[in-house]
Amino acid sequence: MTLIDLANPTKFLSLTARVLPWLAGAAAILLLIGFYQAATAPDDYQQGATVKIMFIHVPNAWLSMFVWGVMSVAALGTLVWRHPLADVAAKAAAPIGAAFTFLALVTGSLWGRPMWGTYWEWDARLTSVLILFLMYLGLMALWRAVDDPSRAARAAAVLTLVGALNLPIIKFSVDWWNTLHQPASVMRIGGSSLDRAFLIPLLVMAIGFTLLFVTLHLAAMRNEILRRRVRSLQMMQASQQAA
Amino acid sequence: MSLGPYASYIVTSYTLVAAIVLILIVWIAIDYRHQKERLRELEASGVTRRSGRQATDI
Repeated sequence: MTLIDLANPTKFLSLTARVLPWLAGAAAILLLIGFYQAATAPDDYQQGATVKIMFIHVPNAWLSMFVWGVMSVAALGTLVWRHPLADVAAKAAAPIGAAFTFLALVTGSLWGRPMWGTYWEWDARLTSVLILFLMYLGLMALWRAVDDPSRAARAAAVLTLVGALNLPIIKFSVDWWNTLHQPASVMRIGGSSLDRAFLIPLLVMAIGFTLLFVTLHLAAMRNEILRRRVRSLQMMQASQQAA
Repeated sequence: MSLGPYASYIVTSYTLVAAIVLILIVWIAIDYRHQKERLRELEASGVTRRSGRQATDI
């Protein structure tokens, strides 16, 4: 099966039916291993046991941006290549991305309270991630507000690409401005500054959460394709009844 | 495993992540059932796809 074949929703549905159980199983196994490693990881010499929040905060923060990146590629697919599944992919990803962004914000607050002495600070990193969360909600509202799916797809694609400008701001906010948030410690020039005792569980959790996203995204895309099939059949039914 | 004086923050974080992930999984599963049910109803009412296949066929 080639990539072109996947442009056909029926072939895409057939593929997802085959791969979803394997993806879900792999995600569950990795998350269980990651959770065990996080539970048994040593305390940090400064942060104590609160470092365990990092193992769920960082994967959710990474996914909050990754999902918008996926939606941005899908937006290009809608506007440039007119790929039939591009809008399906973007629309299915938005609520999942919003959930991961919400979790990144809340776990960050719960980590910040004991470490910084505050749940929230209006600094560049926290504020730019909050804006990302609001953009997810705005996009979801846009898809619901516009009745014509092709008009909604184009408007959402434009908004997604405009919103993608926020991604480098989030990434480099800790370098460009003074912030309570620590600078990058995993993906940085010169390699990770994390000890292996923390880095390995973090990477396992990050891969596990990413596989979880791929699983949920494919399942949500399958639902969206079926929803569109329902809509077109209802329209056929209505036109048959009118004739 | 001792979680120290900030155990409540750690436990709340993990519980919240588990709850939201579970909600996502259940929501997607319920949505799938709902769409399949709507397709079965349309199929029962005699509507067929342009390809001639059943509404619920993949």
